[in-house]
Amino acid sequence: MTDIFFYIFSITALACAFGVVFSRNTVNGAMCLIGTFLSMAALFVLLEAYFLAVVQVLVYAGAVMVLFLFIIMLLDVKEAAARKTSIYTWAASLIGFGIMIVGVVAINSAESIKTKAANLPVAEGVNLKAFGYELFTTYLLPMQVTGFLLLIAMVGVIALSKKANTP
Amino acid sequence: MIGLEHFIGVSSLLFAIGFFGVLLRKNTLVMYMCLELMLNASNLALIAFSRYHGGMGGNVFVFFTITVAAAEVAVGLAIIVALYRKRQTVEVDELNALNN
Repeated sequence: MTDIFFYIFSITALACAFGVVFSRNTVNGAMCLIGTFLSMAALFVLLEAYFLAVVQVLVYAGAVMVLFLFIIMLLDVKEAAARKTSIYTWAASLIGFGIMIVGVVAINSAESIKTKAANLPVAEGVNLKAFGYELFTTYLLPMQVTGFLLLIAMVGVIALSKKANTP
Repeated sequence: MIGLEHFIGVSSLLFAIGFFGVLLRKNTLVMYMCLELMLNASNLALIAFSRYHGGMGGNVFVFFTITVAAAEVAVGLAIIVALYRKRQTVEVDELNALNN
């Protein structure tokens, strides 16, 4: 049963990812990206990281993609659809993609990442209490630094969005 | 039986597709979406490793990655909007002020 779900969601994720790359319309690309994020959240559920699956849906498929769609519609770029991609760009990106695929095959044919089904450890990401305990004990300093990072990002966005000549 | 190698396969393929998109597309917004795709692919790999290794480290790290990515998206999109205000374009071909 898990196998079927894994194949359904991974194929959806990969197909939607190709949709992001090839869609002529930016809004369609953003919709495809939402599909990828949702199916990746499903893959997180299969890996028993329930909390992170919820965070993925809330933060990525929710906040980040709303921000993206908002900016896409705000800028309203139309002329991009008519533009032709040059043959050099196609060749260069296909070569780059080919090199990445070589890397993918090399990683996946490595013997060291093959798992034996028998010795699967207990999933610890399931327990939300353990998650919070780790965040506020072992990873307390990174937690605080992340909070500051969000504050800095907020101040930076306000500074960037202000018109330069207004006081 | 689905094992670690399957999840790593999907994650590395998603990373490759995101890389392909960054190289192929000339629209800054689409390139940025492909960057997000690559970031998410690495998250999937981290969670898969964490699941099959045992322990919380990978999960907590992904939590921080998602936070940093949210901040990064906000700042990046603000930069793109500022660039659009200045140059009236989001195509990388036309953003050639530093060229020659």
